[in-house]
Amino acid sequence: MSAPTPGRGPSGGWWRARLTSREGQTTTGRTLRFDVPGWPGHRPGQHLDVRLTADDGYQAVRSYSLAAPAAGETVELGVQTAPDGEVSPYLNEILPLGAEVEVKGPLGGWFVWTPEDRGPLLLVAGGCGVVPLMAMLRARRAAGATGDPCALLCSVRAPDELWYAKELADPTGTEDVRLLYTRQAPPGGDRPAHRLAPDDLEGLPASPETRCYVCGPTGFVEHATALLQSRGHPPGSIRTERFG
Amino acid sequence: MASLSPGFHGRGSRSLVERLPPGQYPTESFPVLSAGPTPHVPTDRWSFTVTGENGGSRSWTWDEMRALPQEQPVVDIHCVTRWSKFDTRWEGVSLDVLAAGVETSAGFVVAESFDGYTTNLPRADVTGGRAWLVHSFDGYPLSPDHGGPARLLIPHLYFWKSAKWVKGLRFTTEDEPGFWERAGYHDYGDPWREQRYWNDA
Ligand SMILES: Cc1cc2nc3c(=O)[nH]c(=O)nc-3n(C[C@H](O)[C@H](O)[C@H](O)COP(=O)(O)OP(=O)(O)OC[C@H]3O[C@@H](n4cnc5c(N)ncnc54)[C@H](O)[C@@H]3O)c2cc1C
Repeated sequence: MSAPTPGRGPSGGWWRARLTSREGQTTTGRTLRFDVPGWPGHRPGQHLDVRLTADDGYQAVRSYSLAAPAAGETVELGVQTAPDGEVSPYLNEILPLGAEVEVKGPLGGWFVWTPEDRGPLLLVAGGCGVVPLMAMLRARRAAGATGDPCALLCSVRAPDELWYAKELADPTGTEDVRLLYTRQAPPGGDRPAHRLAPDDLEGLPASPETRCYVCGPTGFVEHATALLQSRGHPPGSIRTERFG
Repeated sequence: MASLSPGFHGRGSRSLVERLPPGQYPTESFPVLSAGPTPHVPTDRWSFTVTGENGGSRSWTWDEMRALPQEQPVVDIHCVTRWSKFDTRWEGVSLDVLAAGVETSAGFVVAESFDGYTTNLPRADVTGGRAWLVHSFDGYPLSPDHGGPARLLIPHLYFWKSAKWVKGLRFTTEDEPGFWERAGYHDYGDPWREQRYWNDA
């Protein structure tokens, strides 16, 4: 396992990050891009900490996954608004374009995949848990075909909660992308809405060397990892990240 | 220079500062941090083993552990993912009692779990009445996602040091970095000094 030492920011490890763009992904999910002068780069799956400071000096910090592979001094996040949350509604609705927050990172050295990690890859996302997995998928696409199979399962409640819809539908992608709706399926689909079930994994890589990454809310991660183990994936091949 | 995060007022309480380590926020819920799937360890196959640096060891079955003197610590806990939870209520056995099962003068200890997880600590941090092996939370048996049937409780350090699904302690003369400690997290992990990552003082 190699070193995920956080970059030495100018001030106690904190870098200034300027919001350069914000786009809607879902009704409550946004893609945010920041310009972070000095950002040392990161590996797919890593996250950073965002720190907000109020006028009276009060601070709040939360973790957010990096949604894209390293690209110079730009970092991309995918933030889901938590109802009445302290930080996510501010980032998604209030922080003005061009204004700054502070970030620390990159962080996390375990929930990481890079194109050098060969073998079948199985990515399983619940809701906005797709964010760090998207960084992996994008890195894989950028690296070009290796012949290793890759699948991405996205479990979302309804079609308007699907992140990265256009990119996932890209026909040049070599991954098996499966969209699973748990409450409301799109009209005309042949899978009724229900939670992730064994059938949804049919035909996907199942060998013990398959690298499995599961990310989402805790309940989803518990359910998905139990399913993976029941189809024979050893616990040591399954890496998880829980968004609380 | 323009101010940071303009228009951010924050909802957190300004009055909790004495109980809240730097960079933490209080939560009422109980989030979960684990690196992999949750192991399910039945209590009839559970045992806890303490091993000294000279190879001597002592084990307890579930029933033997439950027959040891029990304590009910009420403590604040602090997770490196930034949440803190106040006045959590636990029940279990002081690690002083378990550590006394072997002869040791080692400086360090490695906690080992059923899923292969490890975390390292100075011996001084697991003795002296501030560390426990706990099996109940809030009056109920500890659930698997929170580390049941039994986990460590070492509230004065970040919570990843409180190994879930723990099966033993191994005393070592050298400090042996554990799972998260090899993956970028601080060797000691004092929340009051904000020792989260390798570069933190
Ligand atoms: C490693 C890691 C990576 C992550 N990556 C992402 C990511 O890529 N994208 C993402 O969107 N999130 C991610 N998260 C989650 C993120 O860090 C935050 O937890 C999330 O954005 C919610 O923060 P918040 O401040 O908006 O809500 P909080 O203020 O923390 O509140 C969370 C919820 O609890 C409720 N709540 C809190 N306090 C109270 C109270 N006193 N009374 C009533 N209700 C309350 C709120 O209504 C809200 O719905 C990640 C977390 C981790 C640990």
